[in-house]
Amino acid sequence: MTDSTLITPQSVGSVMRQLLLALIPGVLAYVYFFGYGVLFNMLLASVVAVTSEALILWWRRKPVGFFLRDYSAIVTAVLLALCLPSLAPWWLVTIATLFAIIVGKHLYGGLGQNLFNPAMIGYVVVMISFPQVMTTQWFNASQQSKPGLIDTIIHQTTPHKPKQNPGKPGAHSKIDSITSATPLDKVKSELERGKTLSEIRHPQLFGLLGSSGWEWVNFFFLLGGLWLLYRKLIGWQIPVAMLGTMFLMAGLFYVYDSDNYLPPLFQLFSGGAMLGAFFIATDPVTCAATHRGRLYFGIGVGLFTYIIRTWGGYPDGIAFAVLLMNMATPTLDYYTQSDAFGHKTRKP
Amino acid sequence: MTRLNDKLWDFYGGLRLPGHKEESLTRPIQSLPVPARLTIPLQQHIGVETEPLVKVGDKVLKGQQIATTQASVAAPIHASSSGTVTAIENHPVPHPSGLSAPCIVIDTDGHDQWHDKIKQIRDTHETAAITDIHTITPAALRETIRDAGIVGLGGAAFPTHVKLDNAVEHEIQTLIINAAECEPYITCDNALMRERAPQIIDGIRILQHALQVKHCLLCVEDEVKDTHTALEQALASAQPVPGAEISLLKTPTRYPAGGEKQLIKTVTGKEVPANGLPSDIGVLCHNVGTAYAIYRAVCLGEPLISRIVTVTGQGITRPGNIEALIGTPLTELIDACGGFNPQTTASPLTIGGPMMGFPISRSEIPVTKSSNCLLVGVQTLNTQQHKPYPCIRCGACVDVCPAQLLPQQLYWHSKAREFDKAQDYNLFDCIECGCCAAVCPSHIPLVQYYRFAKDEIWATEKDRQKSERARKRFEFRQARIERQKRELEERRKRKKAALDRKTHAQPDPKKAAIQQAIERVQRKKAEQQVVPKNTEALTAAQQRQIEEAEKRRQKLKRATSTTNPDPES
Repeated sequence: MTDSTLITPQSVGSVMRQLLLALIPGVLAYVYFFGYGVLFNMLLASVVAVTSEALILWWRRKPVGFFLRDYSAIVTAVLLALCLPSLAPWWLVTIATLFAIIVGKHLYGGLGQNLFNPAMIGYVVVMISFPQVMTTQWFNASQQSKPGLIDTIIHQTTPHKPKQNPGKPGAHSKIDSITSATPLDKVKSELERGKTLSEIRHPQLFGLLGSSGWEWVNFFFLLGGLWLLYRKLIGWQIPVAMLGTMFLMAGLFYVYDSDNYLPPLFQLFSGGAMLGAFFIATDPVTCAATHRGRLYFGIGVGLFTYIIRTWGGYPDGIAFAVLLMNMATPTLDYYTQSDAFGHKTRKP
Repeated sequence: MTRLNDKLWDFYGGLRLPGHKEESLTRPIQSLPVPARLTIPLQQHIGVETEPLVKVGDKVLKGQQIATTQASVAAPIHASSSGTVTAIENHPVPHPSGLSAPCIVIDTDGHDQWHDKIKQIRDTHETAAITDIHTITPAALRETIRDAGIVGLGGAAFPTHVKLDNAVEHEIQTLIINAAECEPYITCDNALMRERAPQIIDGIRILQHALQVKHCLLCVEDEVKDTHTALEQALASAQPVPGAEISLLKTPTRYPAGGEKQLIKTVTGKEVPANGLPSDIGVLCHNVGTAYAIYRAVCLGEPLISRIVTVTGQGITRPGNIEALIGTPLTELIDACGGFNPQTTASPLTIGGPMMGFPISRSEIPVTKSSNCLLVGVQTLNTQQHKPYPCIRCGACVDVCPAQLLPQQLYWHSKAREFDKAQDYNLFDCIECGCCAAVCPSHIPLVQYYRFAKDEIWATEKDRQKSERARKRFEFRQARIERQKRELEERRKRKKAALDRKTHAQPDPKKAAIQQAIERVQRKKAEQQVVPKNTEALTAAQQRQIEEAEKRRQKLKRATSTTNPDPES
């Protein structure tokens, strides 16, 4: 509204820009602990997202500039980049982003029309198609020497065969030798080998609360998320319900068998828990709209995330959990309408 | 006055909006000179249009009834000043669609001469004390209110007597006087309360008596301190009436706290049932301006011929409240406020407030009973020109909707013309307050979609009823034709049967004649057979003898017949 005399509502663009702002602390922590790879990924994904969105809009005869100003493509790209391995090759990032924007968003009709979270669509596509790259191209926080910006970019943009022949010296051995799986993933595979938590517990994997390094990234995403809550850009229902459910599930199993199940706080401060709870599951387009519906949505995401993390075959469960609950959104909305004004009172 | 009930409840949703009240409250209510011409619409209320009682060329006096109708949901119209009726024709009226409607045009004579009946009341009862009110029966009060053409002055303009008559059939425990003027910019009620609080209290007393209601809650927003002072003083100095208490309640300043249902929830904790009326829960709500008009009608005998209009906004030089005669062109109000502000370039005009008002394109349209505010140079929800983004389902609208609806689902289904689904989501509980549209980050004009959907559903319903009637008529006609056919057939059958019976009882005369003829011949034959005897097997000689004898007999017979005629012939 041009009139400053009434309240000035948010615009789609301003909502998205504030979302990006709220990501900054988490991203800085990410770079501090895991190097520059994520910055390159974010930049590349944004360029691919904006370009593909512009092309599709032009092709669909929609006003290109008008829709690019809503920043939604960049938000999708950044969230996706934050989920991908920080040392992922350029083509992986590109494929994931193209899928997110073209299939995940525009094939459904563009902004506001998509049923599934586009970033998670992109993530899941590359996760299923290139599981090896997705699980190994991570950087370990406890590594002494972080690769420089140039080395990282060279690693991500030149062809190489990751981890195929680790012993063989070559141009990229410096970085190839330090890439690994995420702590969450490692702990899971160790547990699957029959080891107990006390045997696995190692400073390279475990930090104060969560997994080493990741706990700080999660902490700063939590801060950003709280700011979003404070600004009323997201509702409390989904983050609280999702994190609460994860905490409860993890707590129950940890109490039941503390040797084989991760402690609840480790769950909340590992992987994409906070990013998922505050930035991904809360995507307004694809989450439930009613307050009660959002609670159920959050509970569902938390539950599925815990199940997939604990017994599933993937390193983290958030993407699948979000997509599963996206499917339930219309049903949730329909069955969780609150009574409209005056519907509780019976007419005499 | 004792305050019986200070507890307040909360209503869901709503918005904290900048009030912009002070601009127009800086100076007292300004009266206008009688304008040269008054254009008085025949319909200024919800309900049935009135029919003129005057003709072109008639002289009318101030307060004279000039239009009325027999229909119950309607309010009569009165001449706002004395003069001559110069036309009864269509003129532009304040309406969202900018349409024209029949109006009585009066060229005023400047004498502003009251109608005799009112003059008499004014002369004798000028200071008629409110303490006499109990001598008038409630029914008579309601009739006075109806005859004065009083309608709800909060904006909806629903005939007041209809509300009162309906309330009498219910048990009303609480009368709520709505003085919570929640929409930004509008201050006509506040101005009235600041300057004429004692009269308002009298008006409330009359309402209490007319309804026989003990408790009255006078609800004012909590941030208008000067108004509280004025009302408190008036309440303190008013003579207490046994069995009629008025409590002043300060309601939170949050739009739309002055919405009827929201206000009732705030001060009683009860929700008016959907599809129901406040009287269903023992409550009746009237606007404070209405109470004042009732005072004028009952104590001064004046019908509703003027109202207070707030003229405000960045586009006006001196914002203020104007007491204007019904029918005064808006241009006169703008002139009285110093004209358009030269510093603002565009001056869009809006009737009503920035949330629910509607834009008008011309300023010659008249003040009506429902015109509470003229906004000049303010962008409103209905004039903003933002290009909307698609809905991103953020749910900001859900958080502010005071009717507790899901505005985005309503929008979705209204846009897709899925009206049955929109009704599933309780479209008709929407009060069109505009909160959802005000917070929408995609700048979607949501309320316009809801109005569209409601209109379409009403139109479909009307069509359906019409075609239902047509179908019934057709079926009835078919049935009647069928019945007539059947009856005709039956009649014919009956006739035939009767005829058949007749034919069997009385045979055909022709046949009868033939039959008779046959019988006659037979009889004759039989007779003839008697005469000749032994005439068979005669010899020729015998035959000759017989013939000769016969001839003789004949001859004899002829001779006797001539001389002695047969007496039988």
